Amino acid sequence: MQEFPDISIPIGDVVDFIVRWIDSTFAPFFDFIFYLTSNTIQGFDGFLTMLPWWVFLILIFALGYYFQNVSAGILYAGFMFLVGSFGLWDEMMITIAIVLTAVIISLLIGIPTGIFMAMNKAFSVFMRPVLDAMQTMPSFVYLIPVIFFFSLGNVPAVFATIIYAVPPVIRLTELAIRNVDREVIESAESFGSSRMQILKKVQLPQAIPTMMAGVNQTTMMALAMAVIASMVGAGGLGEQVLISINRIDIALGFEAGISIVFLAIIIDRITAGIGDKFQRDKGDH
Amino acid sequence: MGVKMSLQHVSKIFGPKPKSAIPLIKEGKSKDEILAETGNTVGVYDATIDVNEGELFVIMGLSGSGKSTLIRCLNLLNKPTSGSIVVDGEDVVKYKTEKLKNYRQNKIAMVFQHFGLFSHRTVLGNVEYGLEIRGVSAEERREIATKNLESVGLKGWEDKYPDELSGGMQQRVGLARALANDPDILLMDEPFSALDPLIRREMQLELLDLQERLQKTIIFITHDINEAFKIGDRVAVMKDGRVVQTGAPEEILENPANEYISDFIKDIDRSKIIQAENIMIRPNAMVSLKDGLKVAVQEMESNGLSSVFVTDRKRQLHGIVTIDAAIEGINQKKTLEDVVFTDVATVKKDDYLEEIIPKAVETTYPIAVVNEENRLEGIILRVHVLSSLIAEDAE
Ligand SMILES: Nc1ncnc2c1ncn2[C@@H]1O[C@H](COP(=O)(O)OP(=O)(O)OP(=O)(O)O)[C@@H](O)[C@H]1O
Ligand SMILES: [Mg+2]
Repeated sequence: MQEFPDISIPIGDVVDFIVRWIDSTFAPFFDFIFYLTSNTIQGFDGFLTMLPWWVFLILIFALGYYFQNVSAGILYAGFMFLVGSFGLWDEMMITIAIVLTAVIISLLIGIPTGIFMAMNKAFSVFMRPVLDAMQTMPSFVYLIPVIFFFSLGNVPAVFATIIYAVPPVIRLTELAIRNVDREVIESAESFGSSRMQILKKVQLPQAIPTMMAGVNQTTMMALAMAVIASMVGAGGLGEQVLISINRIDIALGFEAGISIVFLAIIIDRITAGIGDKFQRDKGDH
Repeated sequence: MGVKMSLQHVSKIFGPKPKSAIPLIKEGKSKDEILAETGNTVGVYDATIDVNEGELFVIMGLSGSGKSTLIRCLNLLNKPTSGSIVVDGEDVVKYKTEKLKNYRQNKIAMVFQHFGLFSHRTVLGNVEYGLEIRGVSAEERREIATKNLESVGLKGWEDKYPDELSGGMQQRVGLARALANDPDILLMDEPFSALDPLIRREMQLELLDLQERLQKTIIFITHDINEAFKIGDRVAVMKDGRVVQTGAPEEILENPANEYISDFIKDIDRSKIIQAENIMIRPNAMVSLKDGLKVAVQEMESNGLSSVFVTDRKRQLHGIVTIDAAIEGINQKKTLEDVVFTDVATVKKDDYLEEIIPKAVETTYPIAVVNEENRLEGIILRVHVLSSLIAEDAE
């Protein structure tokens, strides 16, 4: 058997060089983004920790009740109560703040991108492999460049989370808009609607239920990534998992783990509930 | 009644290089050959049609014959590859964004086969859509939409969503939505095909009613020849992207342009198309009551008839007298009035054959065609009722 010849193509070095170059050239820009994101996270966290615990429980109950039913509301409030009893209340709030920030930015980027992909074939063809790469690349890989741009802490966590979580909302937004019945769009066209009017009055409202499925997936993935991102110094429940691994602390590991599961269940049901509500009430106006 | 919309040599070819197909069509190549050679699909080729103001014009043809392609050219959902479409003196094919918008907002509206309703809007919201696009105020929108919904019989359904309505009702919403804009021209692409036969018949009649009230110019597509001939003032028959014949239903029925059309009209239910005036003959002999029996006999003998219609002083139909009854009457010294048979079957000029047949079965005399004032306008012989039921080529 022959060995692979001793050729080395230094692609890793090239990427390394590019990342460093971007970092030094756009430093003020990254500082600005850092500042904005960091403040958003702190704002959410500050608000959530400021709330008395029972107000938060009532809020969770209300959400469960509104989007599902009474027993769901009670169950979710119960979950939150348990997390508090583990002594992980503040950590949970940080995690929620990171996820919220990441999801909001993901939607701000993802929905327009998806719309544009639906309207422009070439852009869509270009974006597909990019989205595939974003989703299949092991999530840890994102952590390295984001550390570079934003050092350690919650901000790089948010950006790693966005990269990982944004594809579903982009994909489903595109799909949702493309799948609007042709005849329905034509009927809007036949009344002399402009393209923007068709988008605003017909395509988007018709697409909302499917788009909400994308929002749901994005939120779930954001939660998963927010946990992993504790490796770059994000606080919250993920950090507790990491600590428990280092200390081989089974009790803490379990409590932090189950807290994440509780959070996931609540976030999933509530975002799915929003989607269902839209379908029932029909989004327009 | 002038021409509202004039299509001149309209062609629509789909594919990578539409214009390249035109010379091939001129050479007489078929649709399939052109597709194989150039990758272009001929949707419509060289359609020239004049649609009159206030006319219900039907385009008929089998699936894939290019009906939808053609009707979609009329509001430029399809841009014709060549040809012009003149509406009120302007070629709309040349319209760019603003003018096109105006044209669609004000002059022409469309009703779709699968309704094309906005499922996220209420019934009222659907009907308001066109007005909204035109920038009509919310109040006025509501008022106009409500009125239009009422006129299609959907009062009380304003706040429902389309998926809560039956198919027939959904298409009424589609119709109300198109009419809300008060367009001059209404395009309807197989609007009733998705409905079951009973609802369909009902909708056809309602459309005819509506047409009588509103006098819109309607272009209606169907693949159902019975529907076409029932509602159409004139009908254009399409085949493989070409218009093969245009004419009034009776004209097409009497003189099919080619074998394709005679094949098409073979299964038509002629009793629903043919009207009394299509089969009646002029009353070339007639006697008045005051003429008396002798004149009646003379009249019949000189015309070789076995019976003759009798009118009264006001020239209104009084009855019929047969030659036997007349001769017997003379022998018995009776008057014409004594022997005339007054229980004559009468029909109106626009009565359909299906209404005439039962009368033809019950009587042994010819049937009288009379006008509103009961004046005799024509005569239908019983044999003609039968023979008109049979397609020309079967004779
Ligand atoms: N967008 C398009 N691209 C390519 N070919 C098309 C397009 N639209 C229609 N065609 C072709 O044009 C021809 C006529 O189609 P069209 O839809 O006008 O037929 P139709 O008479 O309306 O039939 P149907 O009764 O089934 O609705 C068909 O061969 C069809 O494949
Ligand atoms: Mg069609």
